[in-house]
Amino acid sequence: MASVTQTRAVPRGFRISKRVLPYVLSLPALLVCIGILIPFFSAVVYSFQRYRLSQPWARQFNWGENYLNFFTDSGFWNTLRVSLLYAGTTVILELLLGLGIALLLQRRSTVNNFISIMLLLPLMTAPALAALMWKLMTNPGFGILSYFASLIGLENFRWASSPDTALLTVVLVDIWVYTPFIMILLLAGLRSLPTQPFEAAALDGVPRTFVFFRITLPMLTPYILTATLFRLLDSIQQFDIIYAMTQGGPGDTLTVFQVEAYLNFFQSTNVGRSAALLIILWAITYTLSNVFIKNWLRLRERARGEA
Amino acid sequence: MEAMSPLERVLRGIALTLVVVFFMFPIVWIFLMSFQTNETILRIPPSIVFTPTLDNYAALITGKLQTAAGTLDIAFMRNLGNSVFLSVVSVAVALALGVPAAYAFARHKFRGSEDIAFTLLSFRFAPPLLVLLPLTQYFQWLGLSNTYFGLIWVYQLICLPLILWIVRGYFEDISADVEYAYRIAGHSWFSTFRKIALPLAGPGIAAAGLLAFIFAWNNFVFALVLASADKQPVTVGALAFVTASGIQYGQIAAAIVLSITPTLALALYAQRYLVEGLSLGAVKG
Repeated sequence: MASVTQTRAVPRGFRISKRVLPYVLSLPALLVCIGILIPFFSAVVYSFQRYRLSQPWARQFNWGENYLNFFTDSGFWNTLRVSLLYAGTTVILELLLGLGIALLLQRRSTVNNFISIMLLLPLMTAPALAALMWKLMTNPGFGILSYFASLIGLENFRWASSPDTALLTVVLVDIWVYTPFIMILLLAGLRSLPTQPFEAAALDGVPRTFVFFRITLPMLTPYILTATLFRLLDSIQQFDIIYAMTQGGPGDTLTVFQVEAYLNFFQSTNVGRSAALLIILWAITYTLSNVFIKNWLRLRERARGEA
Repeated sequence: MEAMSPLERVLRGIALTLVVVFFMFPIVWIFLMSFQTNETILRIPPSIVFTPTLDNYAALITGKLQTAAGTLDIAFMRNLGNSVFLSVVSVAVALALGVPAAYAFARHKFRGSEDIAFTLLSFRFAPPLLVLLPLTQYFQWLGLSNTYFGLIWVYQLICLPLILWIVRGYFEDISADVEYAYRIAGHSWFSTFRKIALPLAGPGIAAAGLLAFIFAWNNFVFALVLASADKQPVTVGALAFVTASGIQYGQIAAAIVLSITPTLALALYAQRYLVEGLSLGAVKG
């Protein structure tokens, strides 16, 4: 629709050659994105420099020193550990929960459809705002969850403000927001499975655990893989929930990659270290997303081939 | 599957109830909280019996928030307006740029098309701060820092890849023969695009636009880094509520309710499109 205005400038009868047309159509989108690619290369350059915003005069190339320093930098290892722990815990728990809920809702009925629509709501809540909602609920003074904790004997359960339970709290928020995502994908997967194998198994009286592990799970694997990788990529980069909840604290308990890079840039103004951290994160996500895209393309082809 | 034992039925019922309670409780609780004064919020044990008040919303609308130390001016309505403006314009721009590009990628296998499509898709997976932090400096040089123009440009990083990949899938599903037949009848490629391809891909474009809107609305980090208070959307603006000391809790809750209502309402209104978009974007492409 919007392209109407774009192409109306072309005089009537003017014919764009077939070879040029696709480039003309995709060029505007590319230009917009290329403008944003430039900062990416700057980030690479920064990561090889000693560069502090507080000491701009001392800016110079130090060729890899930022990266080499990481080996002896306990802060970096903490960042790596927390990021992997966060991503691993959230993805595994969300996968189990999402699969469980999808199985519960598999049969099409009014109630099930209603519930699956309701479960969209957390997913549509901005993660940063979701964190604030949970912050209000875990407030030590009046938070309803703190009250529930005290009911089961956990007096003074401090949720995100204690180093021992901060990770648990943000993981909980992540689960609240993103489990529905996995549930939706797996439910779509489950409902698109062919029915014959299940009917045959039912006729033969095959035990249901056997059906689940030998038929349902293998057939669902492509969907599970896609959902897992999608979530893994998002989760290892999580910023919104953690920053809105604790800003990486208490102390350095939750300084995952992006939070640590943000704090490095704006608080300690150490641009070089911040950029090096982000490049490492990018390398991790790039590797993961290549795996992901290959898998995705195979899925797409399979979906087309069978359809 | 057909025959469920009574025990199983009960267990399923319990499990589903727990699921619904876990996922709905926070929304319901914050909603209730937004109609309460500090007095009823701070009761121990908590209770859902209270006389609802609209004071919190009134305070937000007038921009004068009551705190322990007096009134505080926070222009939350401005944040809300920013969210609407940024999301709507970003999606409109992304549709204008993305739909023709998606058509090109779907219909013409031109040199480098797969590489370009992948590059665009990879934006979806790159750490946003990697681009944002250097961008703060470029924006200062270009005079774009804290402008709507700059923000909308950067928001394309969220909206464009999404639209490109979802809409491309829809265009690919349209049989090329239909378009070819129309072309044979003497119509230009543009009228083919407008009269055949666009209407047939309509639902896909709607789904993609809707998702892009929600993603743009829910974005936090772009505006946190690139915008100051007067241009910030609700996601960033609401954070200031929590850090500013002594604001009444009911007002924070009311601000959250106002901030999440648009996306939740959209999600409920168009849930079928949304599920289709989400699963297409992830599984089918």
